[in-house]
Amino acid sequence: MEIAAAAAMGKFIGAGLAAIGSGAAAIGVGNVAGNFLAGALRNPSAAGSQTATLFIGLAFAEALGIFSFLVALLLMFAV
Amino acid sequence: MKGMTDVATEETAAHGAEAGAEHGAGLAFHPLDQFQITRLFGEGPIEWYTPTNATLWMALAVLVIVFVFVFGSKGRALIPTRMQSLGEMAYGFVYKMVEDVAGHDGAKFFPLIMTFFLFILSANMLGLLPGSFTPTSHIAVTAVLGFGFFIFVTILGFAKNGAHFLGLFWMSDAPLILRPIIAIIEVISYFVRPVSHSIRLAGNIMAGHAVMKVFAAFAPMILISAIGVVVTPVSILAITAIYALEVLVAFIQAYVFTILACVYLKDALHPGH
Repeated sequence: MEIAAAAAMGKFIGAGLAAIGSGAAAIGVGNVAGNFLAGALRNPSAAGSQTATLFIGLAFAEALGIFSFLVALLLMFAV
Repeated sequence: MKGMTDVATEETAAHGAEAGAEHGAGLAFHPLDQFQITRLFGEGPIEWYTPTNATLWMALAVLVIVFVFVFGSKGRALIPTRMQSLGEMAYGFVYKMVEDVAGHDGAKFFPLIMTFFLFILSANMLGLLPGSFTPTSHIAVTAVLGFGFFIFVTILGFAKNGAHFLGLFWMSDAPLILRPIIAIIEVISYFVRPVSHSIRLAGNIMAGHAVMKVFAAFAPMILISAIGVVVTPVSILAITAIYALEVLVAFIQAYVFTILACVYLKDALHPGH
């Protein structure tokens, strides 16, 4: 198989593998939100003051998933 | 990289598009084309003073903020009108966030934090108009915001606390043997902060818009093949759902950028664990 076709195939396979990272991010974000929910159901009056921490945690977990989605997009369309 | 340089000249932009079209190996659409920087009028390479689509939409974002706040603060009624209420809610929201996170002496940095929040929010929201361009989807714009703020916060930390600022990296809760290792890890994570701060915003906005473009490319399938009877309505519903998510993401990303800026500011003003 010549180089150009092999490179194209490698790109697409690489993009598919990179998208697995988005699934991992989903697990992470669900973890954060689920733990917040469990804590909020135990102590509802303290839940309101921790929504800022919830959003910061969600942002950190989601950012890493976005990084891997970015790798997938770059492989598909910009390499 | 095709879509993500901002001081690209016309030549390299065209070359990138050409290379993209060849590299596509038969891809019929290019969802990253919407992020390309183009001149507003005239011909020739893009210099630092050229009006481009990026500068236009950044100027529009600033104009929207000025419009809302100038007309919002004209009335000063005790029972606010809609515009005044909007301005007051935005002000109170951000002021409360700064004071809660950065403490009372953080409150004097409120104008900077408010500028970040309002600029990012209105740039994101304006980018949702069909056919528009979102400046915050470019790493160049968000990196200036992120790295600029990081440099400011580091200088502020040293100016306010002197050598005490290095207490940020020295965990006094850890056993003495582990402290050098933890200090190295803390220093590395401190320098990664501006990278993640800026790339989070750019990546979220760019990814959302690229996904919308991909679904939009599937929407006219009904015009070219029979399977379009199924694909077109599904992709139109998908575009609507992703658009709703993007409105939420526009607000959340502005909020997250701002609250992380407040957290870094607090670390500079009151370092040490």
